[in-house]
Amino acid sequence: MASTAALEVLKSAGRARARRREWAAVLSRTIRTPRGAIGLAIVGLVVLIAAIGPALARYSSTQFVTAPFANPSLKFPLGGDILGRDVLSRTLDGGWELLLMAAAATLIGVVGGAICGVCAAYFGGIWDTVIMRIVDIVLAFPQLVFALLLVSVLGPKIWLIILAVGISHLPQVARVTRAAALDVCERDFVRAAQILGLPARQVVRKEVLPNLTSVLMVELGLRLTYSILVIAGLSFLGFGLQPPAASWGLMINENRIGLVANPWGVLAPTLLIAALTIGMNTLTDAVARASLGVGRRADDALLTGISAVGAAQ
Amino acid sequence: MTGDDAVNSGAQTSGSEAATDTEEVGAATEAIPAPRAAADETPAAGPEPAAGDAPADTDASAGNAAAAGNGSAAAGQARLTVNELQVLRIPARGRGTVDVLDEVSFYVQPGEVLGLVGESGSGKTTMALALLGHVRRGLVIGGGRISIDGRDILRMPRRELQRLRGRQVAYVPQDPSSALNPTLKIGTQLREVLASYEGDQKARDERLTEMLAEVGLSTIPGILNKYPHQLSGGQQQRVGLAMAFACRPKLIVLDEPTTGLDVTTQRRVLETIRDLCKTYRVAAVYISHDLAVVAEIADHVAVMYAGRLAEIGPAREVFETPAHPYSRGLLRSVPSLDRSRVLTGLAGHPPRPGNRPSGCFFQPRCEFALPACEQGQPPLVRVSDSGHAARCIRAVEVVGLSQPTGSGAARPDSAEAEAALLDVRDLSATYGNATVLHDLTLSVPGQQCVAVVGMSGSGKTTLARCLVGLHPNWSGQVSFAGKPLSRGVRRRSNDQLRRIQYVSQNPYLSLNPRRTVGQIIEQPLAHFEKLSARERQERVVDALTAAALRESFVDLYPDQLSGGERQRVAIARALVVQPDLMVCDEITSALDVSVQAAIVELLRGLQAERGLSLIFITHNLPLVRSIADHVVVMNGGRICEAGTVTQVLEDPQDAYTQQLLADVPKMTPVGEG
Amino acid sequence: MAEVTVTAPVASPERPRKAHPFRDVLVRRLGFGLLTLIIVSILVFAATQILPGNAASAVLQNTATPARLHALELQMHLNRPAVAQYWSWLTNLLQGKLGTSLVSGASVTSLIGGRIVNTAVLMLLSGVIGTVIGVGLGMLAAARRDSWLDHGLSVIALAVTALPEFVVAMGLVVFFAALIWHLFPAVSVFPPGASPWSSPSLLVLPVATLVIVIVPYTFRMMRAAMVDALESDYVEMARLKGMSRWRVLAVHALPNAIAPTIQVIGLNFLYLAGGVVVVEYVFNYPGLGQALVNAVSDRDIPTIQFIVLLLAAFYVAVNIVTDLISLAATPRRRLPRS
Repeated sequence: MASTAALEVLKSAGRARARRREWAAVLSRTIRTPRGAIGLAIVGLVVLIAAIGPALARYSSTQFVTAPFANPSLKFPLGGDILGRDVLSRTLDGGWELLLMAAAATLIGVVGGAICGVCAAYFGGIWDTVIMRIVDIVLAFPQLVFALLLVSVLGPKIWLIILAVGISHLPQVARVTRAAALDVCERDFVRAAQILGLPARQVVRKEVLPNLTSVLMVELGLRLTYSILVIAGLSFLGFGLQPPAASWGLMINENRIGLVANPWGVLAPTLLIAALTIGMNTLTDAVARASLGVGRRADDALLTGISAVGAAQ
Repeated sequence: MTGDDAVNSGAQTSGSEAATDTEEVGAATEAIPAPRAAADETPAAGPEPAAGDAPADTDASAGNAAAAGNGSAAAGQARLTVNELQVLRIPARGRGTVDVLDEVSFYVQPGEVLGLVGESGSGKTTMALALLGHVRRGLVIGGGRISIDGRDILRMPRRELQRLRGRQVAYVPQDPSSALNPTLKIGTQLREVLASYEGDQKARDERLTEMLAEVGLSTIPGILNKYPHQLSGGQQQRVGLAMAFACRPKLIVLDEPTTGLDVTTQRRVLETIRDLCKTYRVAAVYISHDLAVVAEIADHVAVMYAGRLAEIGPAREVFETPAHPYSRGLLRSVPSLDRSRVLTGLAGHPPRPGNRPSGCFFQPRCEFALPACEQGQPPLVRVSDSGHAARCIRAVEVVGLSQPTGSGAARPDSAEAEAALLDVRDLSATYGNATVLHDLTLSVPGQQCVAVVGMSGSGKTTLARCLVGLHPNWSGQVSFAGKPLSRGVRRRSNDQLRRIQYVSQNPYLSLNPRRTVGQIIEQPLAHFEKLSARERQERVVDALTAAALRESFVDLYPDQLSGGERQRVAIARALVVQPDLMVCDEITSALDVSVQAAIVELLRGLQAERGLSLIFITHNLPLVRSIADHVVVMNGGRICEAGTVTQVLEDPQDAYTQQLLADVPKMTPVGEG
Repeated sequence: MAEVTVTAPVASPERPRKAHPFRDVLVRRLGFGLLTLIIVSILVFAATQILPGNAASAVLQNTATPARLHALELQMHLNRPAVAQYWSWLTNLLQGKLGTSLVSGASVTSLIGGRIVNTAVLMLLSGVIGTVIGVGLGMLAAARRDSWLDHGLSVIALAVTALPEFVVAMGLVVFFAALIWHLFPAVSVFPPGASPWSSPSLLVLPVATLVIVIVPYTFRMMRAAMVDALESDYVEMARLKGMSRWRVLAVHALPNAIAPTIQVIGLNFLYLAGGVVVVEYVFNYPGLGQALVNAVSDRDIPTIQFIVLLLAAFYVAVNIVTDLISLAATPRRRLPRS
């Protein structure tokens, strides 16, 4: 029956498969939309500053090189901070740790949350009840407060903040993934795989997970935004990196007393954090539109619903 | 209008009647635009037919109307006149303007029901909404006229149109459960229509009571204070009817109002509609994909294809002597309750707007196509004096052909049943605390097809799920090929799992959108049999071929396929492991009738060829005739009758079966078909 | 079958068993809320008092000497078994004995009391204003879908969503207090015991910050829900029934759009519970959030425990209220099928 031509067709199908990686397709669609391009450009710029900034800084971020709240000058384009350190150097140096921490926390939150959500949806019954009840209880702590609680006991340690923010993401990621996975699990192709007697692991991996790609991508974007928000917030409150280290959130807090004398000490880090979150948001929105369909209610509601829930912690 | 259209403008017709006296394309210039609109008012702006024709048209139209046999009404009295209606899709990035509807002309007299038939994507709902001067987002009315009692609703000020809706033109939606506002009480939703009705509050309240009685809702206590979700589907549709008839409109547009209702409810709703239309002499446009329903209710029928009227005429003529090859194909796809016959579907699928072939839109699928069919749109050709016309250059020939139906018996009554392959004894199933199946006993002989028939809620799908192991909460004995079958999938042997395959209802949900057709079909094979890659590929191609799909499909993803193709892939996935029994759960209910016919045809072939046994679950009684040897009728989780198809359908013993058979809409309106 | 009631009107006695959806939800929600609070209290207690290195050494940090550690352990009853510690802590808490601040030695009650009101004023004011603005703009954008107004509002909402509140706060301070205009005070300090109403201008910037932070969510959800409702079959049907544009919007679409939006409004209030922490800190506003930050800096365990529990109780309460309102707005959930 099978001619060589048919086998050729099958081989080319293999190639087509490789081409159709869902996340890659969504990303390439995303960056071709104006929103996606703008979001990516903004995020890229801020990430670039944070990443190569330390190498570009002219002064050490902890050295007292000028007068406190010195006005901007040629030597110190953004002036001096509260202790007379160079604002520009501190700004260049103060972003990379925030970004790394946010990325790590997001990874913990999304991976953990997705596992919880998919298990709850696929296995149902007691699994579902237990997982979702635990999730509800974690929700009772506002995200920032949860982190503060842990910090108050163990001190402002980097790993602790990452873990705390990661865990505080779990409930929302789990809820969203569960809802999406329930939808997929009810479809007949999952039943068809179950009827074959395939083991659960295989059904989840081959039938359920590939259909959650877009949802998880949107979650990744959202959680990253919120990680930045919470970690920068903690740092602003003084529970992130400890002085004299440079960190955007910390800089804003240190320098706001001198806002009138040299506003750049506050403005530079504020603008960078604002750009980062606006960029992330725009990019995530574009991803949602590209993966779930433009103008569909689902994506907007999903985004708003989730974002609001996310922020609520 | 394009140049082509201008040339063919002669083909414009006033629907139920034929516009021209000639059947030839060349004579198109003699054709007339919708005569009544032209006679009643000065031509409005828009794509009007060639102005030079206008004076002559008026006379011609009067003459035609008299000859139309469309009631004795004079031309000026048509309630609804649609003239050269065109609806366009607003161009978006990357695609140009395309028409969704074009060149649609017809008229409807008071007290008359026009049935508008078409398959999914033919533009039916767009047509229905346009009759109320409404188009959905992304569409725009491109031209033409829709006149109700001579007033063109497309050129009315918005406020006036708003006042017209509900009072003079009413709409009955397809799905009452979504068309009734879930947050408003039934009373609120009914009263707001009556707010514009003449008379004082007392008169309106009286009308409200009267209305509820008319649609058969007055017996439900406190209905006005209920919310839509508290009513059954049939009751919701009656509320829809009450709203539509509340202000005694002149025209009523019904968009598949009985889809989703069971046959008994459907019959009652249809009767109500017919009575109300006759009583109030309302002109009605009844839109449906179900030819049998249209045959029951319509005086005239228009068949839509790809946004055009393919054929129009008196119902009886269209059903008995169709003039368009498409109508002919459709009719041949409809199963009949009376006789078992071979269903032949239409090859291919209807073109989407923007993707239509050159020339006649039906030509690529047409068995009568000539080279000339690829040249330009065919005109509407009149085939009888009663206004029967079709948009086909061979219409006269097609009409002359023999009956489109009845090409012999599909299945001889199988004489002796073989030994049972599947034997079910005293199967009872529970959902939570509720018992949903009660002591079912049935058997499926080898190489035969058993149809399980029942309305929604009869338990037929639960039965299927029990048999394939998806629903493990049952008791009783089920044996397959002589060995007992365990309840859940987990406890069945691989061999049992392989030999019983399941094809589910909705082809849009049954294929993983992230996997190619090749991967989908390969999956059960990889699980059940240890084969080399090459052997696997051979088997996949083999299964595809068996399901009448091309080998190149392995490459495609489900979203690149049509509904019928998807269902074939699902069948191929079941076939690839060479099962003995296939459980088919309503596998054609989501498909158009022509596609359904093709799938049934395929199954019958496979059954004979591969010695398959089938359990064919359906709510469609006539379909049973064309596919099954045995039938089991279910009601409320019990079997109320079982036997061979001939026995049960021709001489039903059980009262429920008798009722069902009586309520099934019959294809032949009058006499024999 | 579906039509049984039509043919046999004798059937279906009105409501065979009376359902009380509100009571059911209330009871279920209260029960679960209580359970949540108990578990939260255990977690809080465990986290702050049992964790390694115990709370006493955490409080004393570098100043810990064995003698001081021992004294503090006695004060905090850390030498007793965990369950007993928890029990006495909980019973004291329920009797209103919140313990004494480990830093100032004053009772937590006196420290927190007035601040609860201040924070409540801030949250309620922001929540209500934010909800009104968000819902109003959302409706407007949906009604004028695809107009420049809609696009403009959507882009602004997108940009502002998830902006950290200290960024918004600093922006407002720069524009309205410190650099450009000097309209409002940059800090909102007022003496303990004074009502925040005494000088309303102190409230402007903190409230504005919180409003800006929560409006985008309400706006986007309201717009999405409203667009959804306007696209629905029942709204199309209402138009085809000849209802006026206004009636379609207000009577047919709005009630259906409100139900999903209520969830987001509830979440916004919950969000405010976290948002006030930062905002109060930025503006030196004497509320719970500021107290929490100070307590965390000082490792003032009893104060932290109490504030976190208070926030959890607020979470439970908001959830119950949200659920009840959304139940009232959804007849489908409220009334049984008959």
